[in-house]
Order: sequence, then C-alpha cells, then structure tokens
Amino acid sequence: MNFERIKEKLNILADAAKYDVSCSSSGSKRANKNKGLGDSSGMGICHTYTEDGRCVSLLKILLTNHCIFDCAYCVTRKSNDVKRAAFKVQEVVNLTINFYRRNYIEGLFLSSGIFKNADYTMERLVLVAKKLRLEENFNGYIHLKSIPGASDELMREAGLYADRLSVNIEIPTEQGLKLLAPDKKREDFIKPMRKVKNEIIQYKSEKKLIKSTPIYAPAGQSTQMIIGATGETDAQIMYTSAYFYKEFQMKRVYYSGYIPISHDERLPSIGTDVPMLRENRLYQTDWLLRFYGFSIQELLNKEHPNLETDIDPKLSWALRNLQHFPVDVNYADRRLLARIPGVGMRSVDKIINARRYRKLGWEHLKAIGISMNRAQYFLVCASSQFETKDRTAAQLKSLIMGTSSSKWRGAYSSQLNLFESNANVTVS
Amino acid sequence: MIDQYIYDGTFEGFLTAVFEVYDRKPTRVKIVSERLVTVNFFDEEHTIYTDQAKSDRVWKGIEYRIGKKAGNLIYKAFLSEQSDREQVLLRIIKKGFKGENVTDNFADIDVLRLTNLVKIVGREKHRMDAFIRFRLTKDNVYFAEVEPDFDTLPLNAIHFKNRYADQKWLIYDRCRNYGIFYDLKTVNYVQLEISNDINSSLAAPFYFTHDEMHYQDLWKNYFKSTNIPSRKNMRLHLQHVPKRYWKYLSEKQP
Ligand code: SF4
Repeated sequence: MNFERIKEKLNILADAAKYDVSCSSSGSKRANKNKGLGDSSGMGICHTYTEDGRCVSLLKILLTNHCIFDCAYCVTRKSNDVKRAAFKVQEVVNLTINFYRRNYIEGLFLSSGIFKNADYTMERLVLVAKKLRLEENFNGYIHLKSIPGASDELMREAGLYADRLSVNIEIPTEQGLKLLAPDKKREDFIKPMRKVKNEIIQYKSEKKLIKSTPIYAPAGQSTQMIIGATGETDAQIMYTSAYFYKEFQMKRVYYSGYIPISHDERLPSIGTDVPMLRENRLYQTDWLLRFYGFSIQELLNKEHPNLETDIDPKLSWALRNLQHFPVDVNYADRRLLARIPGVGMRSVDKIINARRYRKLGWEHLKAIGISMNRAQYFLVCASSQFETKDRTAAQLKSLIMGTSSSKWRGAYSSQLNLFESNANVTVS
Repeated sequence: MIDQYIYDGTFEGFLTAVFEVYDRKPTRVKIVSERLVTVNFFDEEHTIYTDQAKSDRVWKGIEYRIGKKAGNLIYKAFLSEQSDREQVLLRIIKKGFKGENVTDNFADIDVLRLTNLVKIVGREKHRMDAFIRFRLTKDNVYFAEVEPDFDTLPLNAIHFKNRYADQKWLIYDRCRNYGIFYDLKTVNYVQLEISNDINSSLAAPFYFTHDEMHYQDLWKNYFKSTNIPSRKNMRLHLQHVPKRYWKYLSEKQP
C-alpha cells in the first residue's frame, strides 16, 4: 500500500463523512463463525471519543466525495470547492481489516457521494461489504448507506452483507427538501427504505421455517434528520420521526444539529451556533417515546409545538399534568413509575424488584439512585416526611431549577456546549 | 477478639476461607488477603492454605443453592480488589445460604454494595474491551499493554477470544504483572519480562512490523479528521476517555 496516498484520501473522506452522527454498532446478531475475524453479536463498543465527545465505534468514511448533486446542506455538494478523492474498493477492505485487528473499531460505516448514478454507486458499496464477508471472513459490523434511488435488486444484496442500512432523509419536511435539494424527491428515499423493511420481514419469516436462511440486515435500518436548517418546529420533527419508526420499523432516528458550512441565504449563516441543546431535547423525547411509554401527542401537540429548553421533556410533561401526581412508589405500576421526573428506567426496575422485599422509604430510593431534587415533589413512599404543600407548576419549576446543579441548568446558562450528540442520552 | 483468616488473595483462596468459616464456626471473623494484612495484637491470625477441593465445594454450593447469577456477581465483585470485598461477599454468601435473595433486594445494604462493586468492575472491563490497542509484533502476535483499575483480564478473555479467533494476541496487565495469551486455540495466563524500551519510538521498529507504524499513523489521522471543532467539548471527552488511559491509546500518542 502507498501509505502517504491512503492517508491523504482518508483525511478527505473521513472529514466529509463525519457529519453523519449515527455511530451505533449494536443490535446485530452476527457471531464469529469458522474461527474467522470479528464478532458483532454483543453490545457495540465505543473505542474512543472525539474531542467533541462523540463515540467513535466505526471507521466512518465516504467511498468518494465526488457527487453529481447539489444539496445545499451538504459539504460534498457539487458546487462546493473542496478537494475530492475516491477510495478503491480494495483499499477500504484493507483499512477496515487492519483497523479492526488492532481493536480500533467495531467495523465499517460506508457512505458515498453519488457519482455517475445511484446504482453505479450502490454497486461499489455492496462490493466492499461482499469482499469483507466472503474473502476476509469478516464478522465485524458493517453499516452501508443506501443510495437514494438505488434499485431493489441492489438493496436486496446489500442487506445480505450489511448489518445495518440507512437512508438519511435529512430534511424533516417536504417543503424544506424542495427548497434545499431541488433535484431530490422524497420518494427516492422512501423506496429503498420500503424495500429493506419488506426484505427484513420476509427473511425473518423464512428463517422461522428454514434455519439455514441467511440473516438480512440484522441490525435493521436507521435514518437521520438535520435540525435547525429550515425553521421546522419540534413537533414537525418528532411527528416525522414517529412516522418513520412506525412505518419502516426504524431502529433509530438520529437528530443532527445543523452545522453551518456555506454562505447560502437559504440556510443559517456561518458562525451560527450549532443547536446542541435542542438536539439533546429531541433525543430525550425520542427516548421517552421508545422506552418510557409516552405517546407523541402527550409531548408535542398544537398547544405545545416546541419543547421547552430550560427543562427536560419529561419534567415539562409532569408540570403540565400535575393531576397524575404524587405517585406512590410502593404500589404504582411500571408505566406510572416511569413518569416520575428524576426516575430513569433502570431505577424503575430496581424499585419494582426491591419493593417485593420491603416498603421503600426515602433512604432506599436514594440508594437506588433516583434524582431526589426532581423526584421528591412527585412521589410518596413509606416515610412520614413528605412534600405536602400544594404547589403550582410554576412554583415547582422554580424550586427544581433553583436547587438543580445538574447538567441541564449548567448547559442552559453556559451556552449549550455541555452535551453529547447522541450517545447515552439520559432521561430520568 | 476477631479471628483473621489470611489467604493468598486468589478467588480460590477466598472460597477456601469461606469453607473454613463454615467448618470452624468462629464467632467473629475477618477474611484478609495476605497483601493487605496488618499485624495487630488483639486479633488471632490463621493462615488459610488454598485448597482446590474445598474451594470447588463452596463454588458448587453457591451456584446450586444461591444461583448461577449470584455466583457470577460474587466473582465479578471479587475482582474489584476493594478492601471491603471479602467481608461483603462473606455476608452475601451467608445470606444466600440462608435463602435470602441477594441479587435483587436493593433494600439490603450488602446487596447494594455487591451491585456497586459489580458495576465498577463491569465498567472497567468494558473500558478495557474498548481501549485495548494491539500492535503487531515481528513474530506475528497482536500485543497490547493495559493498566486497569481492577483485575479485569479474566473477564476480557472471552470477549477477545470470540472476536480475534484467527490471530494470535497477548494482553498484558502491567500493574498485576500477568497477561492472557491466545495461541489460536486457547487462552492461557502468562507471565513475562517486557523490555523497558518497548514503548520508545526509537526501538519500535525492532519489535513491531513495518506496517504497524503506518497503521498507527493512519488511525491518529482518522481520529483527528472525525473531530468537529464547532462542537468541541473537552469536558465530555475527558469524562469518556479519562487521562489515565491515554498512555496506551494509539490515537493519543504524540
Ligand atoms: S447527494 Fe448526498 S453527497 Fe451528494 S450533495 Fe446530496 S447529500 Fe451530499
């Protein structure tokens, strides 16, 4: 290998790929077989973190940053004056294997600018994955980007080698897409998604009958939306997200605060802050929908089209729905426990286990690790000391924020830079 | 007066001591690793000699009567090397043998401590899975050095065996001076002398393959290219990758 040339390409093509925030490498079931290389049956591992605190788990690169399209929000767009480069298929294979063997990465995340046409590009992405699986007996994680407009046949093949497939819809609303990427049609994104969803369902049902059926995209599909580029509301974003979860059985939807990269009057100007706090609130909302049993209508609706920035969405919901509180932790069911501000899902499990042995009081709840400064106003337990005063939502809010030394407040007052983008979002 | 049962610091030794507690029924007992023992005039010292048969009996008893899950937690908590581990684990084992729940009863202070020890060991194990960096030596072994806060290598072994089934590898704990070596068939515990200059860049070409330096260099470059300066957040970065791990991280080398 010519290492100098590879280094140059890697710098260009890693730099261009970093705006895709997906980093997950978990959820696959591909175990090591025939004493080959790699295993992705466990939880994904972050092997390091960037200086902005994002998980580095995969070698995330573009095959090339040549592109025939001109999407305004993308650094790779045709009209942008940047250095271009392209990897050969074998170069990507070698890099992946050698990084993997040194325990730098969990696998490969391969995306690409669109050169010539969608199928020509997709074919090459699939070829990389195929070589890794068949020639190198590689069982690490592979995430391939589905190129919008790629044929059904290629999408079917892609899923045979990749663990996860994704198409980024990028712009949450159709009007926004029309404005920023006039050559792109929403239907081009949807088509490969639908194909992948149908294949996943079909392979799964065949596998039930015939054991030897190969696994197809075992880690499912994901997508990403850019936040804050087109003036959309939080409700517009999250309803779109809820639709994708439901319609395409997405494993994850990622939210990526727009990073200004060009002087284009359709977009926020260079130097505008990345909306990191907003991004974090959206992830929290996403979490509440997927794991806490909230419905989207409860969190965002006509009266509340946007999330509050100074408090997290669960506390915000609780303050709007004080009639459900206080919750008795010794008797309430899972669903209700999960709604107490300051109590995360892990604590819910612990509470349910522990209360089988004795009635829980404050000291037990503290030991379990719930966040008292929020929780205390919303629950009762086996202790004589309670918050008995009837308080209004506004009073509660100022009480909680006044005592809170938590990262929420810290971040709020010190201009939004204390958050990570998507790994380990905490909701409690 | 307290009876001090002094054992060799191994898990088998600890289980042997537990056996003796049940056998001799002392009224007040403290199990202490020989490395941590302090002489004092009030306590009576007893040396416990590790006995595989006794240790096996206790281990089987734990798995059978308290459960496999509890056994697993006890072993992990033991690897924490914390000074209260023997006392906590002895109480846990006693409670378990009496039929009390020792895995989910978080209202019990010992169960909470057990859970906590398991958690810190688990986190360190996970960090090792993540932060180990192999370098390919001239004799074709992928070699890594580590200095974990707790004794996690026994837990890391299976992870690496499943993952790197087709390459020889060696992970060496510089604090505890032993390593695990996979020879394409099994993983074994090994002890070796490691030359002092192995981490000096001058001597590196002597130990490692020619391509090795290039791949480290590529990885460092990759690490730099993925950074987004407008999102910089060193506090968060350090929370995830504390400085004490940097020593052996290729991407953090000058
Ligand atoms: S098609 Fe993809 S790579 Fe090309 S400009 Fe649009 S978003 Fe960027």
